[in-house]
Amino acid sequence: MEGLTLSDAEQKYYSDLFSYCDSESTKKVAAHGRVLELFRAAQLPSDVVHQIMELCGATRLGYFGRSQFYIALKLVAVAQSGFPLRVESINTVKDLPLPRFVASKNDQESRHAASYSSDSENQGSYSGVIPPPPGRGQVKKVSTSHDTVQPRTSADQQEPVSPVVSPQQSPPTSPHTWRKHSRHPSGGNSERPLAGPGPFWSPFGEAQSGSSSGDAVWSGHSPPPPQENWVSFADTPPTSTLLTMHPASVQDQTTVRTVASATTANEIRRQSSSYDDPWKITDEQRQYYVNQFKTIQPDLNGFIPGSAAKEFFTKSKLPILELSHIWELSDFDKDGALTLDEFCAAFHLVVARKNGYDLPEKLPESLMPKLIDLEDSADVGDQPGEVGYSGSPAEAPPSKSPSMPSLNQTWPELNQSSEDTAIVHPVPIRMTPSKIHMQEMELKRTGSDHTNPTSPLLVKTSDLSEENKINSSVKFASGNTVDGYSSSDSFTSDPEQIGNNVTRQRSHSGMSPDNTAPPPPPPRPQPSHSRSSSLDMNRTFSVTTGQQQAGVVAQPPAVPPRPQPSQAPGPVVHRPVDADGLITHTSTSPQQIPEQPNFADFSQFEVFAASNVNEEQDDEAEKHPEVLPVEKASDPASSLRVAKTDSKIEEKTAASAPANVSKGTTPLAPPPKPVRRRLKSEDELRPEVDEHTQKTGVLAAVLASQPSIPRSVGKDKKAIQASIRRNKETNTVLARLNSELQQQLKDVLEERISLEVQLEQLRPFSHL
Amino acid sequence: MEWFLVTSAAVILFLQNYPLYIRSVPTENELKFHYMVHTSLDVVDEKISAMGKALVDQRELYLGLLYPTEDYKVYGYVTNSKVKFVMVVDSSNTALRDNEIRSMFRKLHNSYTDVMCNPFYNPGDRIQSRAFDGMVTSMMIQVC
Repeated sequence: MEGLTLSDAEQKYYSDLFSYCDSESTKKVAAHGRVLELFRAAQLPSDVVHQIMELCGATRLGYFGRSQFYIALKLVAVAQSGFPLRVESINTVKDLPLPRFVASKNDQESRHAASYSSDSENQGSYSGVIPPPPGRGQVKKVSTSHDTVQPRTSADQQEPVSPVVSPQQSPPTSPHTWRKHSRHPSGGNSERPLAGPGPFWSPFGEAQSGSSSGDAVWSGHSPPPPQENWVSFADTPPTSTLLTMHPASVQDQTTVRTVASATTANEIRRQSSSYDDPWKITDEQRQYYVNQFKTIQPDLNGFIPGSAAKEFFTKSKLPILELSHIWELSDFDKDGALTLDEFCAAFHLVVARKNGYDLPEKLPESLMPKLIDLEDSADVGDQPGEVGYSGSPAEAPPSKSPSMPSLNQTWPELNQSSEDTAIVHPVPIRMTPSKIHMQEMELKRTGSDHTNPTSPLLVKTSDLSEENKINSSVKFASGNTVDGYSSSDSFTSDPEQIGNNVTRQRSHSGMSPDNTAPPPPPPRPQPSHSRSSSLDMNRTFSVTTGQQQAGVVAQPPAVPPRPQPSQAPGPVVHRPVDADGLITHTSTSPQQIPEQPNFADFSQFEVFAASNVNEEQDDEAEKHPEVLPVEKASDPASSLRVAKTDSKIEEKTAASAPANVSKGTTPLAPPPKPVRRRLKSEDELRPEVDEHTQKTGVLAAVLASQPSIPRSVGKDKKAIQASIRRNKETNTVLARLNSELQQQLKDVLEERISLEVQLEQLRPFSHL
Repeated sequence: MEWFLVTSAAVILFLQNYPLYIRSVPTENELKFHYMVHTSLDVVDEKISAMGKALVDQRELYLGLLYPTEDYKVYGYVTNSKVKFVMVVDSSNTALRDNEIRSMFRKLHNSYTDVMCNPFYNPGDRIQSRAFDGMVTSMMIQVC
């Protein structure tokens, strides 16, 4: 642009305006936001404003630099004075009055203008410059055309004051051409000197009249929520904007806005309310949304698939682009489906949009899916933060590499499907450490004559275990210690693998019991892990399992106390962590379904362990009674378990010893079982059983001698819990497998990096 | 195949050789970037066909430096659904390492899947998602 010569008054005024607009002090003003409001306040026709922006080069640059801003202001003055907009007019028009910005501008600016104008300009020209408010609507169009929602958001939020305040404005978004809101046309730029709410309500009135005949959905939702709510809804956004932008301007808007006194009072009242109010969902609205949700998806905890939601929201006759944006905002976990909270947020946004409020760029806190409680919609302030945070973890796991989209999908769904708890992470966590659960589930399954699922699982786990043997039994051991089943201690009774098991158990224990906390990274087999630490974990698990027995996650009904400070609990606990643990989980779960059956397995392990560790035998003996009843109930399971335990025993010899000790007291079948399964196929297990006849013999003997009394008591509960655990364990298996694979991937990447480094070192000159 | 180009420059997202999304910084030279990207599409196709029946995993999705020329480098990335991402960066940005490019492509891919999840998005449309725009902008600012 040509050099811009400004008078001193102009210079000062412009720099003040620029500082005002440059709220972030970046020396350049975004093309939206305050600049647009400013221009709108200039009450120029929208095309003029558009032209001004083009002339000053802001559209080209995308933002207003100081020079562009000054040029724009100058052009505004030119336009307001009635001169044609030309680039040359910037400097050629002499004695130009300062650009006058009305309405949306601050008193300060008005004062500035007044002060400046008083210096030299002809004030009389100003009044002539101020066109009637309808011009603002046009200005809005301009702003809309300039950019998408964002500028309008601020603009419209300013505007909402007008609808409430000045009848001409009516629903702020009415001028927007692309808005198809049926209510708007009526409320559009018609100047009605009604009370502020008047024009605003008229659209509703019309909508209501039309709603009776209109779409069931969309018409429905205007009447149900009382107008007061909508009023507040409408008012609050302006209020908030006023708060941020021109708190004083509301009251200062006289002229046409005198009517707004009542509404202004409302606004002022609302101004005092929290900033989230504009987007807060009132109870009636919420109830309406919930009812609408039910029509699509009767299960309030379920999802609305994307296609159904698309149909539903398309009925609102909003443009696809806006609906797409609304979806982006409301689908918090990006899973292509809407939960109840997401649906309410989306609905709320649609309603807001139809009422003329621009869509925010990011989801307001009050609309964030509340994982805590549906009724907490009123307490937006604190919860959104939590929800947002808790929601984000849910998103974080899902936002894995694109190569694992399925997994990404499952995580959020898992999170959502589990009751809308504030805890997001725990959901996946609960899944993972459920080797024990799987064992239990499988055991219960077998107990309930579901041998088929069990066997495949067992077979599968055994196959996997074979594959994962490379990862060493250590991993199995840790994998087996799914949840803090104290019975896992028995798993770790294998003396051979005590050391390994310890490490594994530790990792697993870190994972399993923490149903409500993010699982610690599965500790890889590390010889440095001390048994004591793993044992502690087991102890922790046992405690937690007991506490969580109520069904926190895949905790077996009977909390296996893990008083045993032996290593077994630790290693066993850690086992499930590894990917192999997944297999072991599956293998152990059946075994663990009935606690007693688990004990049977454990006792087997313990038996084996006993052969290696004397102290285990005591535990085994203790556990046998518990195990026996279980095994009696499910012979196949027991046989499998035996087989599995044999395999596991091999791995967990070391761990089993301490595990047995601890297991003696705990009815749960700890992860060792899954590990065992993983290690060997059933067939192998059986032969191994033969190998470990001594253990099995002892075990069988013990089992046989035990009555099944204790089992029957817990069986009812266990059956229910087993089924739950079964499902959870399958998820856990997959999750563990995933974690294992990811770990392997990491390892490989590390190796690659190290190799690359070496390569670089060897060829220093190749990189020049 | 739609294509997606990102450079330092420009980002273009391709699908069936049809641009789904184009963004370049600075805004001028866009035509030049288009030309470069179109030529690089040939290289991408060549690499895809070379992979043949190779198992397509995320590692292989990243095609790496397609070819460095003059003052710019072109990187390619293809998804399982044959959506190609092409990124053109100035050679002056020597600070850009391969891992950074990979991470950028990963972010792009993630954002692209998010866009796909939107039921209101019809595959084949130009991508108008604001979230996507924001992500690309932030990435390009980081690069430039």
